[in-house]
Amino acid sequence: MYIMWLREMKRFLRSKSRIVGALGQPLLYFLSLGYGLGAVFQAAGRGNYIEFLAPGIIGMSIIFTSIFNGMQVIWDRQFGFLKETLVAPVSRLAIMLGRTFGGATVAALQGCLVFIIMIPAGFRPYDWALVVPAILVMFLVATLFSGLGMMVASLLRDMQGFQLIMNFLVMPLFFLSGALFPLQGAPTALQDVAYIDPLSYGIDGMRSLLINTSNYSLGIDVAVLVGIAALFIILGSYFFSKIQV
Amino acid sequence: MAEKNIIEVSHLSKTFGDFTAVKDISFSVRAGERFAFLGPNGAGKSTTIKMLTTLLTPSQGSILIDGHNPVGDADAARHSFGIVFQDPSLDDDLTAWENMEFHGVLYNVARPLRRERIEELLRFVDLYERKDNYVREFSGGMKRRLEIARGLLHHPRIIFLDEPTLGLDPQTRNHMWQYLERLNRDEGITVFFTTHYMEEADKVAERIAIIDHGTIIAMGSGEELKKKTKTSSLEEAFLKLTGSAIREEEAGSVDHLRNMGRAWGRR
Repeated sequence: MYIMWLREMKRFLRSKSRIVGALGQPLLYFLSLGYGLGAVFQAAGRGNYIEFLAPGIIGMSIIFTSIFNGMQVIWDRQFGFLKETLVAPVSRLAIMLGRTFGGATVAALQGCLVFIIMIPAGFRPYDWALVVPAILVMFLVATLFSGLGMMVASLLRDMQGFQLIMNFLVMPLFFLSGALFPLQGAPTALQDVAYIDPLSYGIDGMRSLLINTSNYSLGIDVAVLVGIAALFIILGSYFFSKIQV
Repeated sequence: MAEKNIIEVSHLSKTFGDFTAVKDISFSVRAGERFAFLGPNGAGKSTTIKMLTTLLTPSQGSILIDGHNPVGDADAARHSFGIVFQDPSLDDDLTAWENMEFHGVLYNVARPLRRERIEELLRFVDLYERKDNYVREFSGGMKRRLEIARGLLHHPRIIFLDEPTLGLDPQTRNHMWQYLERLNRDEGITVFFTTHYMEEADKVAERIAIIDHGTIIAMGSGEELKKKTKTSSLEEAFLKLTGSAIREEEAGSVDHLRNMGRAWGRR
């Protein structure tokens, strides 16, 4: 299990271009939306938009990275490496867990990088001591979506479906989670959708720790995240164990 | 020991939907034997190997790998074989050494022993100087060699090779077989392989099974097969047994249409 994790880490640290590439998009969102809509947000009496947006952008980079990492199972399948792990005398559960936590660590690190980059861009957490638990929430969110990615990847045979997943799963999860706008005051229908989107709770949890505002409450956020992460991991390992090459 | 059958297959079948890839085959391989498994494309070779190596579960029949059942006791069975797949299965983003290390940890080879064996094996396949290079920089032949080294790292009792020499030049091929024959002789490791090169099968294998349309149609030494079909080479024997029609593998529906078109055009 540890070696699966280590492999993910090595691959991550070596793909410098990927790290930088994955930073570009969140940063672009952060700068353009943050500064572009900041004045409007302020005028509407909602306070500092940069602060509000930052946890959402961290969430964005985490969900993209972790789902992408989970989907790498598909690459491994196409390049044959998956077979090497499947004929090894290691339980499917250990393989799945190793990969999930590897992917989650990578995604959480990516989230931290985004966090660091946003500091010079004007973001200040309200209490530095709460950054550590915020990182734990990031890891939780990352685990949840790595599990989801693995689950989806176990069901797909090739990369053809990847675009489909991006457009019909990842993008809605992101846009409907309240990452970019406050859920209080949003139309009820939108609030209801956000209610069933696990990312909402992840971002809400980070907000409550980093900028001390929250829609649900930190306890609920963490409980929901843990519950759903566990569910995805269980489902993921079930589907993963069904893979036949 | 040497008389024991290390692979026992009886009445093995595999169906995918209503297509039967492997139909009720039975055979056994003795410990320390060099066994070739031949057949045209789509005959069921790879499906059989996948069932033997726990990647597919059989629809019917039973398998024993070194006394273990790949379905019920998968991990024990997995410990007893190494495999070189038809297509490459290395991680291109890791170095040669790391690929070996990864395998060693998965197979629970203790660290000092692992180090020692990796070094020994990499030297053996002439890749030790390249151990810190990424696999993506390797040529096809080098990758193959590394895969063979990797398949042997946990000292399996059987090594499965699914078309291991595909796309290799004669030098590499020759080197590889010499190495495998030496292992077979010195360590008594059982070699089970598939290939499309008949002269290779004839030269290397002690016993050959020919499979076609999912059933084993002939089994015996190269000499026996030649005698039986009254031919002078294994290639001719193979063609005589399996016919000379060109086979289509899966996803061949377009080819099928094309063939039909061709057939019509000819009339």
